[in-house]
Amino acid sequence: MIERKQVFEGVKIADFTWSIAGPMTTRELAEHGATVIRVESHKYLCPMRRAGQMMGGSTSINSSFVFANFNTNKLGISLDLSKPKGQEAARRLVKWADIVGESFGPGVIGKFGLDYESVKKIKPDIIYFSTSLQGQYGPHSRYQAWGWQAAALAGFYEAVGWPDRDPTGIPGAYTDQIAPYYMVCALIAALDHRRRTGEGMYLDQAQFEVGVTFAEPSLLDYGVNARIMKRRGNRDSYAAPHGSYRCQGDDNWCVIAVFTDAEWKAFCEVIGNPAWTEDPRFATLSARKVNEDELDRLVEEWTIQHTAPEVMHMMQENGVPAGAVQNNEDLFNDPQLRDRRSHERLNHPEIGAMLHQRPAYRLSRTPCRLVSSGPMLGEHNEYVYKEVLGYSDDEIADMLIEGVITTEADLPGAR
Amino acid sequence: MEVAPMEERVQMKPILDSYRVLDLTDEKGSFCGKILGDLGADVIKIEKPGGDPARNVGPFYHDIPDPENSLSWMYCNSSKRGITLDIEAAAGRGILKRMVRTADFLIESFPPGYMERIGLGYEAVSAINPGIVFTSVTPFGQSGPYKDYESSDIVLWAMGGIMATCGDRDRAPIRCSIPQAYYCAGLQAATGSMVAHYHRQLTDEGQYVDVSIQESVLLNVPNSVMTWYRFKRNTMRSEGMRIQMLYPCKDGRVVCSIGGTGVGWTQSTIALTNWMAEEGMAEELADIDWHNFNPGAATPEQVQRAEEVLGSFFLTKTKQELYQAAVERGFSLAPSSTPKDLVEDAQLAARGFFIEVEHPELSDTISYAGAPLQMSHHAWSIQGRAPLIGEHNEEVYERELDLSQEQIAILKRDGVI
Repeated sequence: MIERKQVFEGVKIADFTWSIAGPMTTRELAEHGATVIRVESHKYLCPMRRAGQMMGGSTSINSSFVFANFNTNKLGISLDLSKPKGQEAARRLVKWADIVGESFGPGVIGKFGLDYESVKKIKPDIIYFSTSLQGQYGPHSRYQAWGWQAAALAGFYEAVGWPDRDPTGIPGAYTDQIAPYYMVCALIAALDHRRRTGEGMYLDQAQFEVGVTFAEPSLLDYGVNARIMKRRGNRDSYAAPHGSYRCQGDDNWCVIAVFTDAEWKAFCEVIGNPAWTEDPRFATLSARKVNEDELDRLVEEWTIQHTAPEVMHMMQENGVPAGAVQNNEDLFNDPQLRDRRSHERLNHPEIGAMLHQRPAYRLSRTPCRLVSSGPMLGEHNEYVYKEVLGYSDDEIADMLIEGVITTEADLPGAR
Repeated sequence: MEVAPMEERVQMKPILDSYRVLDLTDEKGSFCGKILGDLGADVIKIEKPGGDPARNVGPFYHDIPDPENSLSWMYCNSSKRGITLDIEAAAGRGILKRMVRTADFLIESFPPGYMERIGLGYEAVSAINPGIVFTSVTPFGQSGPYKDYESSDIVLWAMGGIMATCGDRDRAPIRCSIPQAYYCAGLQAATGSMVAHYHRQLTDEGQYVDVSIQESVLLNVPNSVMTWYRFKRNTMRSEGMRIQMLYPCKDGRVVCSIGGTGVGWTQSTIALTNWMAEEGMAEELADIDWHNFNPGAATPEQVQRAEEVLGSFFLTKTKQELYQAAVERGFSLAPSSTPKDLVEDAQLAARGFFIEVEHPELSDTISYAGAPLQMSHHAWSIQGRAPLIGEHNEEVYERELDLSQEQIAILKRDGVI
C-alpha cells in the first residue's frame, strides 16, 4: 500500500481547551495527522484528570483513562497563563499555530491576552474557536455549569423516562459528545476557506444550542401543533412490540422492534406461534397498540426463557429488528465492534495498556492513526519549549523555577 | 463578543457554496446532507418516485398525516433541492451517473452491498469521478458479523451502549423519546465526509467513507468499553445521577449539583446556599463545610439531608426564578426544559438561534432550530425549506441535465421520475 500523508499533516493547533467538548474536537484532527499542543496547568487541573472512579484508586493526575481517551496523539505542556512570562510563551505558541481553541467561561481567555482580537494581531489569518455552555454573548453567556446541565437545558431530561413517573434524564454530559463534531466540520471548512483565500475565522459555539439541534422535532411539535411532547418510555407510534424485554439472567434485556406486517409474522414464527398471537387483539398494528401493555407482558414471557444475545440472533436471523441492551461488558465483547476495531489499544506510561475509541467512520484512503495515548501533564515540555517555541535551556530552567512552566509543586494542596 | 451582528450574519455567504452533494439517504443518513446543506452546499435529495418513506413519520404539520407534512423530515431535509429518480431502472442509473460527474459528495444509506448490486458502488462511481467523496451510513457499518442485521432507532440505542445507562433501576432500560441514533450518525457522516473532502481539496483524490450508526451512538458513552477493560465494571441505569440530581420545583424540575471536589463545585454550592441563607432556608445546612464536602465520600445520611433541604427550597421557586438566580449568582443549576421553555428562552432569542423559514405551500412560516455554531465570516444557516416530492425535477432534468421534454415524458411514463 502507498504510504499516504495524513489529511491534516502540517496543520498546527494550540489547544487551550479542557474537560470534554474542546479536547474531543482537537482529538479528531490529531487522529488525522494534525499537530496538537494541549496547554494545561497543574494549578487548574483539567477535570478529566480527576475523573475519580475512572482512576482505580490511584491519586496520580496521569492515571485517568478518560483523559487518555480524549487526548490521543497530542503533545502536552504545562504552563501558567496567569503569569506574564506564561502569556509570552502562549503568544509564541499562537504565532506557531494555524488553529487556536479554547473552552474557558466566556471572557476568561481575554484576561490572559489570548482572546480572538489579540491573537489576530499576532497571527492575522488565525482560525480561532471558542466552545462554551451558552456562547460568547447574550444575557446568559456567563452562566457556569456542566455538560449535564446543558443537556437538561436543551430538553433531554424531560425526554427520557416513563409517562407515569418523573423523568430519569439522559446520562452523562450528552451535549459534550455532540458539540465536537459540528466544530470539526466548521474547522475543516475554515481551513479550506483559508487555503483558498488566506482569510482566518472566528467560531463561537454554544453547547446548549448544539443540544437543541438534536431535540428539534419536539420544538417543532410545540411551535406548529402547540403540543408538549410526552415521555413515552420505549413506545413508538409505528411499532408494536417495541421495547426492551427482560431476558434470562440478572438485569439482561433485549430490544425488539416490530414495524411491518412481515416483521410481525416473522416475530410470531420465532416465538413458535403461540395461541395468543392469533388473538384479534394482536392481529394488526393498531390493535396491538391498543393492547400494548398486555402484548409486552406476553412477549416478556417468551424472552425471559432466553439470554439477550439468543433473542437478538433468533430475531435477526428471521429479519426482525432486535438488539441486546449492551452494558460495558457486552460492548467490550461485541463481535461487531471487535471486527471493526472500534477501539485501539495503546500503551500509556502510567495506566499501561488502554483502549481508545476510534472515529465512528472509516476512511478508505486516509484512515485515522492512533499513535499515542493522552499525554502526561507536561510530558512534552522539553520538546515544545525548546524545539517549537525556541527557548534556551537557561530560559526553560528559569521558567521552571518561577513556576511559569508548572510542576507537581503547583498542584493545589501540594505545599 | 459577538462574532458579527446578526443582521450581517444572515447576509453572509455560506462556506460550502461551491460544492454539490447527491443525497440518496433515507432517515438514517438525511441529517448528514442537512448539515452540508446548511453550510451552503448544493444538496440534491434523490428520492424514489413517490418519495422517501421517512416522509410518513410524525409528528405532522397541524397533525395532518401527509408526506409533505412530516416535521422531522422537513427539519432533516432543509437546505436541499429534491428530485425523484428510480435508480434501479437502467435509465435512472444512467441519469445518476451523469449527475455524479459534477458532484463532490454522494451520501447513501442503503443496506451494505445494494449500491454495488445495482452498479452504483464506489468503484463504479469513482471510475466516473475519482474525486468524489462517497459516504455510506449503515446501522453496523459495511463489514463485520452484524453488517446485515435489521435495525431501528431503539436497536441502535441498545447496541450502542447508551440505553443500558438510561432509565430507572426497577424498570427496563429506555430510549430517548426524541429518537437520537440518526442524528448521531448524520453528524458522524458529515464529519467523516469533511475530513475526506479536505484530503480531496489537497490531492484531487476522493475516497470511501463507511459510517457505523452503532459506533456513532457509542461515542455518547465514551468510558463504557474502557471501564470494563480496566475495572470489569458495568455502569448501572441512572448511576452518577447523584451529581446530576433532578429536583421538583414549583412549576417543573431543575437539575442541580452540590458539593464535589473539583474546580467550580465548591464556589457554586456556596453561592447557592448563601442565597438560601438570605431567604432563611439554609439553617439546617449551617454545619456543613462546603469547602470539604464531597458527595462521593459523605455518608448517605449527610447527602440525603442536604438534598432534602435543597429540595424544599426549590419547591418554593419557579424554574425561571431558580435559573435567573443561577445565572446572576453563579451556581450550577439548570431548568429541565420543556419545548415551550426552549421556544421562549431569552438566550436563544438574543443569539438569533431560531430561523424563520417560509413555507409558501402551507401559507405559513415555521421557526426552526438554527446553527450549532456561529462563524465570523460566513452564515451557517438554513438555506431554504425542505423540498416537496420531485419539486426540482424540471430544474435539474431540463435545465441542468439538458434532457428534452420528450425524454422527460418517457421517463415519467416509465415511472423512472
